[in-house]
Amino acid sequence: MDLSAINPVLLVASLMVAATPLLLAAIGELVVERAGVLNLGVEGMMIVGAISGFAIAVETGSPWLGFIGAAVGGAILSLLFVVLTQVALANQVASGLALTLFGLGLSALMGQSYVGIKPPAMGKLDLPVLSDLPVVGPILFSHDLVLYLGIALTAAVWWMLKHSRAGLILRAVGENHDAAHALGYKVIRIRVMAIMFGGACAGLGGAYISLIRVPQWTEGMTAGVGWIALALVVFASWKPWRALLGAYLFGGVTVVQLNLQAAGVAIPVEYLAMSPYIITILVLVILSADKSSAPASLGRTFHASH
Amino acid sequence: MSTPLLSIKGLTKAYPGVVANDNVSFDIGEGEVHALLGENGAGKSTLVKMIYGLVKPDSGSMSLRGAPYAPPEPRAARADGIAMVFQHFSLFDALNVAENIALGMENPPAMGDLAARIREVSETYGLPLDPFRTVGDLSAGERQRVEIIRCLLQDPKLLIMDEPTSVLTPQEVEILFQTLQKLRSEGTSILYISHKLEEIRTLCDHATILRLGKNVGECTPRETSARDMAEMMVGTALKTPERSGREFGEIALDISGLSVPSPSEFGTSLKNVHMTVRKGEVLGIGGVAGNGQDELLAVLSGEILTAADAVKKDGQPVGRLGPVARRRLGLLTAPEERLGHAAAPNMSLTENALLTGSVREGLESNGFLKWAETQAFAERIIKEFDVRTPGPENAARSLSGGNLQKFVIGREVLQNPDVLVVNQPTWGVDASAAAAIRQALLDLAAKGTAVVCISQDLDELMEISDTFAALNEGRLSAPRDTAGLTVDEIGLMMGGAHGMEVAHV
Repeated sequence: MDLSAINPVLLVASLMVAATPLLLAAIGELVVERAGVLNLGVEGMMIVGAISGFAIAVETGSPWLGFIGAAVGGAILSLLFVVLTQVALANQVASGLALTLFGLGLSALMGQSYVGIKPPAMGKLDLPVLSDLPVVGPILFSHDLVLYLGIALTAAVWWMLKHSRAGLILRAVGENHDAAHALGYKVIRIRVMAIMFGGACAGLGGAYISLIRVPQWTEGMTAGVGWIALALVVFASWKPWRALLGAYLFGGVTVVQLNLQAAGVAIPVEYLAMSPYIITILVLVILSADKSSAPASLGRTFHASH
Repeated sequence: MSTPLLSIKGLTKAYPGVVANDNVSFDIGEGEVHALLGENGAGKSTLVKMIYGLVKPDSGSMSLRGAPYAPPEPRAARADGIAMVFQHFSLFDALNVAENIALGMENPPAMGDLAARIREVSETYGLPLDPFRTVGDLSAGERQRVEIIRCLLQDPKLLIMDEPTSVLTPQEVEILFQTLQKLRSEGTSILYISHKLEEIRTLCDHATILRLGKNVGECTPRETSARDMAEMMVGTALKTPERSGREFGEIALDISGLSVPSPSEFGTSLKNVHMTVRKGEVLGIGGVAGNGQDELLAVLSGEILTAADAVKKDGQPVGRLGPVARRRLGLLTAPEERLGHAAAPNMSLTENALLTGSVREGLESNGFLKWAETQAFAERIIKEFDVRTPGPENAARSLSGGNLQKFVIGREVLQNPDVLVVNQPTWGVDASAAAAIRQALLDLAAKGTAVVCISQDLDELMEISDTFAALNEGRLSAPRDTAGLTVDEIGLMMGGAHGMEVAHV
């Protein structure tokens, strides 16, 4: 056992990378759920985003176009969920599960000719002086730009929900869709936009895995991150900063336990492997002890009866 | 006569299978309080939804101050100075007062300014409100204030109020009326929807009466008796329930020192409740909804278990017995919520009859169901209580609210209970069906049953009950003889006006 092999600076830097796909997907789903829609298809949208982003980045040679393609791909897949739940008024749970299964299958089909290829590399932030600082430099100033986008998105969503009128209307629709309708707000339109935003975020999260974290394509490579994102939204009490905290915590414990495994710590691997889930759940359960509760219309189908 | 504020001509709206409004016309003058009267299902709500732009009429036209008016959506109606206070409040529980109000405005100012304006308007009209409180924590009266202030902030020309007093105590009603009268004196017109006739007689200048979607007459409420208006509303002469003078027997139901925490987060705990009901007596329990009515019913039905001798029937402790055991002993209950609590929506009337009738009517033997007897029992309920349905094989959901209510009350009444507890027996039921249900309760009492009637309709309680008590925040007031009780006294028993004051201007 050699704990000195673990470099704390690299550890923090890599936990941020590990957390970003989860954060992106969770922020998207958070907006969707705040609008009163439960989309269990996050995993499906992530994996479709992962392959669309990968394929476009490989074909065009530009990782940026890849990320844009991933967002578009996730949003297009979420349109299927829109048609099912907002137009055909199907059950949201069943539709979300179907979306995940469909996305996994579709991505496998799309990715057949991309197995074993390396995607073009994404540039990293390189600020003179700042990026070269010891400790602070590698942790704060030398990541890829999408990682910063994730943090910026969290801040933007927080500000929008808390301080903007658009956010107030979104929360109102999620709280009581009948009342929002009676006041003349377009419930379905607002929800469709929220679902597509969620799809785009999930797509970005998926592409982050296939283009930066792992960089390669394998079938089913999101490996349940979408499901963690869903749980994270609930345990974060639908609050953006808590989702960020939860994502970093989860990413952190994941990276630490991998390092511990590599260092040969005398704890059975199974316990180490389950630790990120247990610790994240514990912390967020303690945090969510305050009285904030789910959006009241979450998962309920809206039908304008009058 | 000058141009009316809003003129409605020949409005018609049909839904599949029912014409909600059939060629309805009337005018609302400037600064007039206009009542829209009608039974449930008469088309009042559809009509105001058309005025507010939520529903588009099939034909007919409206004009506002002489100009054609056809709002495509509520936003347009609000822009034209039409504001509406909804019957079922259109509020968001998790948001605060200011956020709720901002959602109902076209161009709300910044939150800080809005909060200041809310304080100012609420002071002026005697409706105190803290803009930063969460709406979910407010009482029904306070929630209504939020809606009213939301409307007032937009300087409406026409304020539509859909059954505003159904959730208020008498004192709160009085303060609401003072606010409305002040608005009228400032030139605001009010369209006031209600089926409470005495209120309309005090407040309104003019009334339009709807029956089955048609305008069946107009009147000046001050010069028309409540009975005449009721008969225009119903279309037939009304029977007033008759009560025969009767002697009360010994104590049938005795609750003493009962305290139970509420099972739900937003419920009200019962605190030290005492009451006794004698055989042949009707005890009316009034109070604004959410003051422990549901919990009291659950305690009596056996859904919430208590200390054994907190609830006694004929001297026998039943507090630890579940609903089936209590039914066997003759303690029957009919809860408020028809679909989901009193009846299973997707099951047929026969099956629903079995659900509460199996014990006392002997509808099962050795675990097998006796369908023939059950169906006969269901048919007996349908016949004796005039339930309008093609037959007992229909799902409970398919019945209208009033018909299903007659069925669930009839189901308990026909089981010859010793003690019958009903919660809101005539809620959402039209006047003639309500009269029939009240008569059935009185007849039952005349046969020696002890009846407990929990209701928010004070007129109903005054009509049928011998003694009256009020629930307020889970406490039950001392029972009083109904004879000689005044509205003021009842209001005080119900807890008076919750923090309301009279308009300052």
